[in-house]
Amino acid sequence: MFKNILKRKSSREIAKDRLKILLISDRVNCSPEMMEMIKNDIAQVISKYMKIDTKSMEIQITKTGNKGRGHKNPTLYANIPILDLKND
Amino acid sequence: MSEVIVVTSGKGGVGKTTTSANVGTGLAAMGKKVILIDTDIGLRNLDVVMGLENRIVYNLVDVVEGNCRIKQAIIRDKRYPTLFLLPSAQTRDKSAVNPTQMVRMVSHLKDQFDYIILDCPAGIEQGFQNAIAGADRALVITTPEVSAIRDADRIIGLLEANEIHKIDLIINRIRYDMIKRGDMMSSEDVVEILSLPLLGMVPDDENVVIATNQGEPLVGSNTLAGKAYQNICYRILGREVPFLDLEKGVSFWARVSGIFHKG
Repeated sequence: MFKNILKRKSSREIAKDRLKILLISDRVNCSPEMMEMIKNDIAQVISKYMKIDTKSMEIQITKTGNKGRGHKNPTLYANIPILDLKND
Repeated sequence: MSEVIVVTSGKGGVGKTTTSANVGTGLAAMGKKVILIDTDIGLRNLDVVMGLENRIVYNLVDVVEGNCRIKQAIIRDKRYPTLFLLPSAQTRDKSAVNPTQMVRMVSHLKDQFDYIILDCPAGIEQGFQNAIAGADRALVITTPEVSAIRDADRIIGLLEANEIHKIDLIINRIRYDMIKRGDMMSSEDVVEILSLPLLGMVPDDENVVIATNQGEPLVGSNTLAGKAYQNICYRILGREVPFLDLEKGVSFWARVSGIFHKG
């Protein structure tokens, strides 16, 4: 399925998407491995209190605002789908 | 008022030396007094691109080490009365010069020239540190490729960390036919990713290779790249010039095949 999605995208879009992700980790000096570790830690902590969908959760570091360089203020953005608010 | 401009990119082979040669020549043709300094010690090339390789007597390292006076090392370009070149050394390495010496030399040249253009080596090591040490502003060169853009982003970060905040972007080797069929990032894409002001877009033009073969910068000539470089020079002088319509340079057949690719 993933292959199909890639096929439909032009190589220009693929390049752009790859660069955006790459530069975010380059700029904050944070490797994809470390992002994965942060993600797992967050998942563990939240799981103590509620049931979450760890498979489809995603985290990324984004620049807030669009003031260009020098004014960037990186933000950690996490999208964590909750399956059940009560965790029994 | 003189301005010290460093031409840099991070990645090698994206067109730093070609850009330095053409911007320097273009500004000189517009009546400005310009000196081009090749800071790529050990791998000098600006002299050949300019066609001045047979006139080198002394070089940058000789000046810094005091083997000659700076005037003895500077070559005057006979084609343009206000264009000069300070060549690099071929037999030494980057450690032959340090940033403090570069700052001293550049500030010494400031009162004699309108523009001092420093052609930076590839990489982020000492050669880069030497080249940017005395610079007021930077031209970052990139091509619409993932690797070049990534390196450009790193370079921009390093320039900012070194208190150079006037940074402009030049996108080189643009192929409009490829952009049209969705196989190359457009200049808008690159600007969006790097968030820098765009100073110029240079098409991938075979005339650049021909000009380099001949040792004759093509700025101002009746070629797409020549016009693009000319416009970059105008913009450096503060004039507002519209960007070239690169589609004009695409042949009829490339455009026809572009239509079929789209469908």
